[in-house]
Amino acid sequence: MLKKTPLNRIHKDLGARMVEFGGWEMPVQYRGVIEEHLAVRNAAGLFDVSHMGEIEVRGRGALDFIQELTTNDASSIVGGQVQYSALCYSHGGTVDDVTLYRFGDEHFLFCVNAANTEKDFTWMEEVLEEGDFRDVKLRNVSDDFAQLALQGPAAALILSRLTGTDLSRIARYHFHEGLVVETPAIISRTGYTGEDGFELYFAPSAAETVWSALLESGAPEGLVPAGLGARDTLRLEMKYALYGHELSPEITPLEAGLGWITRFEKGSFIGREALMRQKESGVPRRLVGFVLTEPGVPRAGYPVMVSGEDVGTVTSGTMSPSLRVGIGLALVRADCAAVGAELQIGIRSRLVPARVSKTPFVHKI
Amino acid sequence: MEFPEELKYTEEHEWVLIEEEIVTIGITDYAQDSLGDIVFVELPEVGAILEAGKPFGVVESVKAVSDIYSPVSGEVVEINEELVGAPEVINTSPYEDGWMIKVKLSDTAQLDDLLDAEEYQEFIEEEV
Repeated sequence: MLKKTPLNRIHKDLGARMVEFGGWEMPVQYRGVIEEHLAVRNAAGLFDVSHMGEIEVRGRGALDFIQELTTNDASSIVGGQVQYSALCYSHGGTVDDVTLYRFGDEHFLFCVNAANTEKDFTWMEEVLEEGDFRDVKLRNVSDDFAQLALQGPAAALILSRLTGTDLSRIARYHFHEGLVVETPAIISRTGYTGEDGFELYFAPSAAETVWSALLESGAPEGLVPAGLGARDTLRLEMKYALYGHELSPEITPLEAGLGWITRFEKGSFIGREALMRQKESGVPRRLVGFVLTEPGVPRAGYPVMVSGEDVGTVTSGTMSPSLRVGIGLALVRADCAAVGAELQIGIRSRLVPARVSKTPFVHKI
Repeated sequence: MEFPEELKYTEEHEWVLIEEEIVTIGITDYAQDSLGDIVFVELPEVGAILEAGKPFGVVESVKAVSDIYSPVSGEVVEINEELVGAPEVINTSPYEDGWMIKVKLSDTAQLDDLLDAEEYQEFIEEEV
């Protein structure tokens, strides 16, 4: 039985095509992936991302627990700040990639991938039990939140009409607690599209009210509802990782190009020794962005070849709606990963030429 | 959604326009709508020999790859070159500008297996 967000009926009324994603029934598109993608790049799009999980960490020792659990340095952010981070196994493979909200020294909130919520929570409980964190309390609060992502250059203008919070005072990767259409909400200046925008967390009972008010407020600017299809093509143009594609128990954050969230200098954390060894001996494969130089559409799972030799695998691919060429991400042997390197992508019976590209593919924020 | 009366249809969601021994083939309005934004098409070369029931090409949307199956056996005599540069035409005009190939039939009896517009509509209603 698929889980449903509080906006399930509204999506169907809007004519969305619904698909299974991470155990949830979610809208993949309303009018069309390309139209929704371009609306986000040029105006704004509204995404229901209520499937995302939320896990709260509270109590004395919360920061120490999070430092042990995650690869990034949570002591480097202050109350009201958000941090992109990862959870690793001791062998260095990735449990999940997450955003971490710091409310205070003893109060944090993780936003985690929908399909990983149960797994992450169980993993966190194990880490908690094994360490000396007896005053730390973990709660899976996923059911307490609906989440909407309002993304695009017009997002701040559209949201400003529905909140008393001065949005100009919320910097990128920061959040305030305020009211949106009189609903208490976490207003977070974050997103997964490469555009300016906000992720709003609030009670599920208010989901229809907030959703409808935002769509109405944004109509003059061209705000449209956007589905998971556009969410995927938007993040791909930015080379943002999607768990299960660019990250997995078999892929370390270092291989995925996330050295910048792997802070060895902070001290002990789970996976540190394995990741340190990998860093010192050199990562065997690297995540690259590539552009096809002939027509075609790369897809996850296609082989990557150089001079007839198999050097890796495509992890995600699409036709870029912004660039109108085939783009993709691939894990390739480290000696084939330089920008400009020539690759071939095995697409059915053909080998299609490609070139390792600078990323993000599209230059935004 | 439209299903012109003068066309024949397959359960793989192709349409066929029959003009004596030459047939024109494309994908139906239902197929293009299910696929979403079409971004790439791979067609056979003129002169290729097709076998009924076997894939002759590929159509790709942003999200998915689908084979296109030949409803008939025969020789490809013309392909719609415009689709290579403008595959989105299949979305906007599936039965006219979005045609894919023309085939010279080797076995006209195969046409008897095709569905008419009404039968095809019934078929997709059952499928949904």
